Amino acid sequence: MPTVSVKRDLLFEALGQKYTDEEFDELCFEFGLELDEITSEKEILSREQGDEKAEGASDVVLYKIDVPANRYDLLCLEGLVRGLQVFKEKLEAPRYRRVSPADGGEPQRLLITEETASVRPHAVAAVLRNISFTQERYESFIELQEKLHQNVCRKRTLVAIGTHDLDTISGPFTYTAKPPGEIRFKPLNQSKEYTAAELMSLYKTDSHLRHYLHIIENEPLYPVIYDSNGVVLSMPPIINGDHSKISLKTKNIFIECTATDLTKAKITLDMVVTLFSEYCNEPFTVEEAEVVYPDGKLCLYPELAYRTETLSGDFINKRVGINESAESIAQLLTRMCLRSEVSGEGDLIQVEIPPTRADVIHACDIMEDAAIAYGFNNIVRSTPRTYTVANQLPLNKLSELLRQDLAAAGFTEALTFALCSQEDIADKLRKNITETRAVHISNPKTAEFQVARTSLLPGLLKTIAANRKMPLPLKLFEISDVVLKDETKDVGARNNRRLCAVYYNKSPGFEVIHGLLDRVMQLLDVKPGRDQGYHIQAAEDSTFFPGRCAEIFSCGKSIGHLGVLHPDVISRFELTMPCSAIDIDIEPFL
Amino acid sequence: MADTGLLESLLRLLEKVDGGTDSQDVAADLGVDHQVIVGAVKSLQALGEVISAEQKSSKHWELTGEGREIAEQGSHEARVFNAIPDEGLPQNQLMKMPSGKVGFSKAMSNKWIRLDKAHEGGPRVFKTVETIEDAVRDKLQLVQKGQSAKLEDKEKNELKKRKLLSEVTVKSYWITKGSSFSTTITKQETELTPEMIASGSWKEKKFKPYNFEAMGVAPDCGHLHPLMKVRTQFRQIFLEMGFTEMPTNNFIESSFWNFDSLFQPQQHPARDQHDTFFISDPALAQQFPQDYLERVKKVHSEGGYGSQGYKYDWKIEEAQKNLLRTHTTAVSARMLYKLAQQEKFTPVKYFSIDRVFRNETLDATHLAEFHQIEGVVADYGLTLGNLMGILHQFFTKLGITKLRFKPAYNPYTEPSMEVFSYHEGLKKWVEVGNSGVFRPEMLLPMGLPEGVSVIAWGLSLERPTMIKYGINNIRELVGHKVNLQMVYDSPICRLDS
Repeated sequence: MPTVSVKRDLLFEALGQKYTDEEFDELCFEFGLELDEITSEKEILSREQGDEKAEGASDVVLYKIDVPANRYDLLCLEGLVRGLQVFKEKLEAPRYRRVSPADGGEPQRLLITEETASVRPHAVAAVLRNISFTQERYESFIELQEKLHQNVCRKRTLVAIGTHDLDTISGPFTYTAKPPGEIRFKPLNQSKEYTAAELMSLYKTDSHLRHYLHIIENEPLYPVIYDSNGVVLSMPPIINGDHSKISLKTKNIFIECTATDLTKAKITLDMVVTLFSEYCNEPFTVEEAEVVYPDGKLCLYPELAYRTETLSGDFINKRVGINESAESIAQLLTRMCLRSEVSGEGDLIQVEIPPTRADVIHACDIMEDAAIAYGFNNIVRSTPRTYTVANQLPLNKLSELLRQDLAAAGFTEALTFALCSQEDIADKLRKNITETRAVHISNPKTAEFQVARTSLLPGLLKTIAANRKMPLPLKLFEISDVVLKDETKDVGARNNRRLCAVYYNKSPGFEVIHGLLDRVMQLLDVKPGRDQGYHIQAAEDSTFFPGRCAEIFSCGKSIGHLGVLHPDVISRFELTMPCSAIDIDIEPFL
Repeated sequence: MADTGLLESLLRLLEKVDGGTDSQDVAADLGVDHQVIVGAVKSLQALGEVISAEQKSSKHWELTGEGREIAEQGSHEARVFNAIPDEGLPQNQLMKMPSGKVGFSKAMSNKWIRLDKAHEGGPRVFKTVETIEDAVRDKLQLVQKGQSAKLEDKEKNELKKRKLLSEVTVKSYWITKGSSFSTTITKQETELTPEMIASGSWKEKKFKPYNFEAMGVAPDCGHLHPLMKVRTQFRQIFLEMGFTEMPTNNFIESSFWNFDSLFQPQQHPARDQHDTFFISDPALAQQFPQDYLERVKKVHSEGGYGSQGYKYDWKIEEAQKNLLRTHTTAVSARMLYKLAQQEKFTPVKYFSIDRVFRNETLDATHLAEFHQIEGVVADYGLTLGNLMGILHQFFTKLGITKLRFKPAYNPYTEPSMEVFSYHEGLKKWVEVGNSGVFRPEMLLPMGLPEGVSVIAWGLSLERPTMIKYGINNIRELVGHKVNLQMVYDSPICRLDS
């Protein structure tokens, strides 16, 4: 969930009202936000870098507010204030308009060349005219781009935003892609020119930018935008040029978004311009820009599309569980920036979805907004009449019953991880990894998560190793799933429910483990015997001590092994005492 | 044990007195050391209610070793006086006596004797009086007879200063008859034996009392794991509420069922390598229900069912990627798809409690695998109010009655609600679960009827268990680093108390 940090006093000033922390927390809760933390720059610095570094830092109170991941329109102070003001009915949601250049001139034009197709094929653009920045507005503008980059833009992989002082450059602009050696410019906040290849190595150590290098690093061509004089605006998605950088004094802003996902690029552009057109001479207007595709197709951006959905009051009432008139539902929706009117036809409501609400893609999203405006906690809680009879999963029922009786038999239940290292299930058990039928994980952060376990035994032995100080004997069991490759399944693997128990003492206690097998079979109502019953017979298994291992058969079918563990297995799990174990598949007993 | 003769003497003595007696008096009466009587009292106490004895302490004056010597032989000054013949004694000879030095100066100050320093043959000591009264000896003899009360405090302190008397604290017992007082002693038995039961001899025997302060012997038994005990209770709650258990025994899942079928877009951050464990072998899933897969693809990339869709290029390759399921909702999706294939829809209530996996950063409360508890209800016409109502019932069974709901975001539910409960200890609202109504973009492609709503909620099993058993570090609870003593000692689990 993204967190937006805003200055409390600035927020209250914009809201035209002061709140106590508790009151504001309540308002957030109701609206679906979360006042996560109340802090200050000084406090953050002091926590992260120590009191010394925090000396002299600002102690202006900051609110850190958690915003739902799909509400890009709330990712800055301007958006939060607008959303809350409309919600509190102190403000009518503004109407965003795309306008042509004022003096009847040509719109700014961005030409896309076909070279971009292989690396980053989409671009959209727009112009904010006669904007007035203050220090706070400027910072918020920069911060919003960062938040959008982290969220809807998926760390710049889907979309990258570039904002430029239009008065320092001249269109038409060209969005193309070139070999890294052929791109040369002075990047933002650097004092000299670099080639793109040089920049990539320069930013290898940059704490911020190095995270984006991989997006184009291995591409033969890098995306780049030039103005008509060959000035580099940006090399998306890495860095802008220094030449066109915006400042507090900037009046006219050219915004370009390059993308691998056009839908997301349009959304991103709409967010930037709707949130900051507030500060234009003519608020909430955005000057259009033309984007020309390699095939000559011409599009005007930003889209700023308003969409109308028609739904009935009855639909909302029935889904939410309330009983409101169509008029009052329309009013609720309007408070969520979804301007709504009763159409006059029955209880139909016409809902207008503004460009800021990209998250509204279905009637259910509208229904949720009606419920939020109504207040989740004002909805009457009622019990569904759904009549059903409960059933246990037979496998879990069997496991539950066996667990109880294994504990009654003096064994203590362990709960070990389903993921482990290759070594745990192979080398340490004196097995070859290829014969384990193990499922392998492709992206483990550490060796502990290399494979899904194929046996419960390593987990139990590790549990003993971690509890060597406990009095002997240690008697442990676990009934749980292992995972085995199985080509007959759609995913190529299946779980297998197993029962494993170990006895760890000064003597191996084979008879104890054997006795446990007899008890388990008794519980499962399987009598000793060769055909219809169960029996054990000598077997060789590399995990066990030679001559001290038997295979267990039930109704003629092999279900597992028991025996005294091989001394190498014992020492590889950092144990010192003899140990016997049983490991069986319980699925045949369903 | 003190010898039976002494014990019986003590008891006979006690029989004669009314109201009880002091052990010191008993010692004096029986003419034995007080410590012996103390031992006898303890032996009698061990027999049960024969006597009752209350410990008390008293101070009394006692002669020191030197004091006793004086009481016997007279004070040093008296001894000096008596040693001097009428013709006197040379001083150096007198000083050689054991009492010489002290006796000389005391006798001098008492004016019993005089010193003639000019006597020929050296200084010589002469008596000055005919007879003396040895008051020190008399006083000490009084104390010795137990009549120290006849002396004044000043006199006693004077003698204490001379180290002839000392004040001692004596711990003694005030002994009274017990409820089963008798003057004869019966030997105590430690335990009831089969022979006693057979012969009936237990009726005459006295049994040594048990020490009820001591702990018993721990039973030789096995123990269930606390997390599994809590799981059993949650399972029980769902069964009580009429929920059927889902088959969640498939840790390996395809991205298709884990994400795509839930209308979670392919660029969603949860599908990132940083958040999800992907499988390298077997890497890809096969055999999807083909027409359903096409509907899923369409609703993602183009929309439909009243939805705008996400409008991106949906790829089968992405859906095929196998992973360790990140939530049990993948199983709910499979179950709901299966339900939709029924000829006629029937309402269902499903639950599961099983492991899920996240490739996340680990800390004191987060592991790469944890147990998810999930409840799902599918029926015609379910409302958000119904979801809140059922959550209220569910949490009431956990002993949580104060609930409120916060709007939230989840890619596959709309509306989505975070469930908060009021924590009396922390005096604030804390998040206890997540819930929502499954999106139509998830349900309709499966083939569920239009009017059917599916409500669902989820929470982790580990968090309520850690709270219940007061465990701060999750590693002490789950995995091989578990503290077995904690497992041994953990009480039974009743979630509502």
